[in-house]
Amino acid sequence: MIALLLRDLRLAIRAGGGFGLGLAFFLLVAVIVPLGVGPEPATLAKIAPGILWVGALLSCLLSLDRIFALDFEDGSLDLLATSPLPMEGAVAIKALAHWLVTGLPLVLAAPVLGVLLNLPVPGYLWLVISLALGTPALSIIGAFGAALTVGLKRGGLLMSLLVLPLYMPTLIFGAEVVKRGAAGMAVATPLALLAAITAGALALLPIASAAALRVNLR
Amino acid sequence: MSIWEYANPKKFMQTSGVLLPWVTALAVLALGVGLIWGFFFTPDADRFGSTVKIIYLHVPAAMMAISAWTMMLVTSLIWLVRRHHVSALAAKAAAPIGLMFTVIGLVTGAIWGQPMWGTWWAWDPRLTAFLILALFYLGYIALWAAVENPDTAADLTSVLAIVGSVFAFLSRYAVLFWNQGLHQGASLSLDEKENVSDVYWLPLVVCIVGFVLLFVTLVLIRTRTEIRSRRLQALLTRERLA
Repeated sequence: MIALLLRDLRLAIRAGGGFGLGLAFFLLVAVIVPLGVGPEPATLAKIAPGILWVGALLSCLLSLDRIFALDFEDGSLDLLATSPLPMEGAVAIKALAHWLVTGLPLVLAAPVLGVLLNLPVPGYLWLVISLALGTPALSIIGAFGAALTVGLKRGGLLMSLLVLPLYMPTLIFGAEVVKRGAAGMAVATPLALLAAITAGALALLPIASAAALRVNLR
Repeated sequence: MSIWEYANPKKFMQTSGVLLPWVTALAVLALGVGLIWGFFFTPDADRFGSTVKIIYLHVPAAMMAISAWTMMLVTSLIWLVRRHHVSALAAKAAAPIGLMFTVIGLVTGAIWGQPMWGTWWAWDPRLTAFLILALFYLGYIALWAAVENPDTAADLTSVLAIVGSVFAFLSRYAVLFWNQGLHQGASLSLDEKENVSDVYWLPLVVCIVGFVLLFVTLVLIRTRTEIRSRRLQALLTRERLA
């Protein structure tokens, strides 16, 4: 399992792996929105939590097809399927690698972009916490979408259509945490619900993803 | 004699062929009676005027939108567990119908909301949850259309139906958290003394029965079409090989 994780990380970081592209996209979203909405600090402060969460979600979505597609093409996914490692474990590890490469940098970069969007000061802590809790769910749900569409030639758009509705609860609770945190209100309830979604997705979705992968490898 | 006999396509075609005209006639009858009764023979409501009559389309369509997804979930589970092709095809057949019911629910709601709430659309929890349900239907239909091998498609869409059900359910309650609603409470529920008043209640029940029958009719027709097209494919393949 650790070998698989290291392999995926190495592949992602080396040239052509797309490491950092998601981060750059996140940055661009944060730059584009004020250009479209206007620079008034009050407006930006109001929409900052939502924009940051939507941006994180979209940059996560961008890199999802990399989770399985390349391995499916060169046949290493078949090798993984026949290895002693259960498919569920392989899915979880690959989602973890995706999170380390995409989700974690987003969590670290989010406060900087919060400055660009004039996020109110009490919101920063909750922004980082909610993204740290929520982005693993984005990766594991995304891995499910990637597993469903891995055999398709032009699966990218279809995958967005499948994955985005699944992202909605995570987005709602995540953005709610930041919004309440920024307004100085209590955040315990949405935070607990966000954590519940992440925990539930981590526990159950690898099983569904593995089932979908087995069908696609048949 | 068990329900699994109808998993045999031949048996299913025979029985559904016999049932179909009857179900169709009953659906037409119930819808005709319910809608005409509702539209022309109920009084205008105090606060709502004649706009109240749109509930005869809105409520049954909304109920069937959810029921159709539930039916797809059950048939998907049957396909995954027992691998009966008719079951998978019934799920495939139900999806566009469910989507249409969802759209009817949303559109009639918008038409009603414009004069009553003063807006075509509000990000009300129920409305939002329905929009999300429509997106789930779209994704499900798109996945069926995208995968070439029919068995693979049936497997993948079944898994999606199961996961989608969980997330659609979560979204339903997540949006409650996210915004307060404009939408009124349930029109019909079993545990309340008075829902809508009796003059509206009876034709509404007739309409709901009519929509259920309409759904059954459409699913039967579409499932029969799917079975026939599957048979046609098999015949064409056989001919090519011969």
